[in-house]
Amino acid sequence: MKEQTVIVDYKAGNLTSVRLAFDALGAETLVTSDPEAVRAAARVVFPGVGAAASAMANLRALGLVEAVREAAVAKPFLGICLGMQILFEHSEEDGGVDLLGVLPGRVRRFPTVPGCKVPEIGWNQVKGLSVEGVPDGSEFYFVHSYYAEKGPCTAGVTEYAGVEFTAAVRRGRLFATQFHPEKSGRLGLAVLKGFLSC
Amino acid sequence: MLTKRIIPCLDVRAGRVTKGVKFKNNIDLGDPVEMAVAYSDGGADELVFYDITASAERRPIDIGMVAAVARTIRIPFAVGGGVSTTADMERVILAGAEKVSVNSLAVRNPEIIREGAREFGAQCVVLGMDPVRSENPACPSGYEVTTRGFREFTGMDAVEWARRAADLGAGEIVVNSVDADGTRAGFELTVTRLIADAVPVPVVASGGAGEPAHLADAFGVAHADAAIVAGMVHTGDWTIAQIKDELAAAGIPVRRTW
Repeated sequence: MKEQTVIVDYKAGNLTSVRLAFDALGAETLVTSDPEAVRAAARVVFPGVGAAASAMANLRALGLVEAVREAAVAKPFLGICLGMQILFEHSEEDGGVDLLGVLPGRVRRFPTVPGCKVPEIGWNQVKGLSVEGVPDGSEFYFVHSYYAEKGPCTAGVTEYAGVEFTAAVRRGRLFATQFHPEKSGRLGLAVLKGFLSC
Repeated sequence: MLTKRIIPCLDVRAGRVTKGVKFKNNIDLGDPVEMAVAYSDGGADELVFYDITASAERRPIDIGMVAAVARTIRIPFAVGGGVSTTADMERVILAGAEKVSVNSLAVRNPEIIREGAREFGAQCVVLGMDPVRSENPACPSGYEVTTRGFREFTGMDAVEWARRAADLGAGEIVVNSVDADGTRAGFELTVTRLIADAVPVPVVASGGAGEPAHLADAFGVAHADAAIVAGMVHTGDWTIAQIKDELAAAGIPVRRTW
């Protein structure tokens, strides 16, 4: 039996593209909100789009907070977009939200800069990302209004609205991206493949 | 640097991609999934599908096609046509589309934008609009919103409507021009720029792309964040890579590895 990759469903956005991308790589996936399934998983994918406050409220309501925290420090773990941001300590979204605090650092809103629309939507360059099969400086697909400040776990940076922010983080077997590897074409699949082989 | 997106538009009629000029003279171009793969492999940054006959035939959008595309390509795509409720939106999004585009429906029922944004996130809700140059005093921008394929004038100012849609939660606005649609004579730069400068969300130029210089103008002159191409690539006159080479040579940031 193949190792199961659990995709955590905490009602923060549509998980179809994430599941389909792992399908394309031949991974066996389970989409679930069950904390026990997360604890039993070989690998955990933690996606998410939308607002941090409601995502945190959903995690609490579903009893997922501890299971996700444990997985993030103990097993191969992939955070995507809001699923990366929530790993940090605090976001200034919605007047201030405490996050999971797995990683040190804060999440902030992009400043208002003429010519830079918020949310940032589209393909932007990521520098410093060390993933097999991905040339440095390749573009990935982003959709976000908030960003994580650079910190000790930053493993790739991107620039927008005059800010150089965390595009990816790595600590132990935890890897997380602000961009959407599942929507970033062949190079995005290379990122997911890297996660499956870690 | 955030790159400018090039988005091929696929008009789907009875399960086939077609192309018309000013909504007439439709010709068959191919299978939607095969074309999606070809464009994705060829460097398109995103795709948009319009089920162009769904509304007229009063039937829902072809979800089977949406799901087949989602299984096959790994870049974002939007879907429009035949969406009349948030339940329709949900079906499209759960089938794997990144975004749903609403146009005439939102004019009749602007709340659909708010409801869609609340339920699925603003990034999922795209407002498509069809502005036409107008002398109507109710339209101080000089452009009036039309519906039903440019056939009905609404009395709504195009720039005001764009602002309101963004306030309601539209994550992106596609400015389509009938004056330019299918003519390949260049985008309608004036109204695109008026809207791009007025709203805080990304604006997509649509209608009229015939050569790379037209896209350069959409980005450089009209401040668009993305541009839709159709005839110029469907006919094989240009590839996405060729368009991007020309834009890069003009100093416009585009994604060049895929």
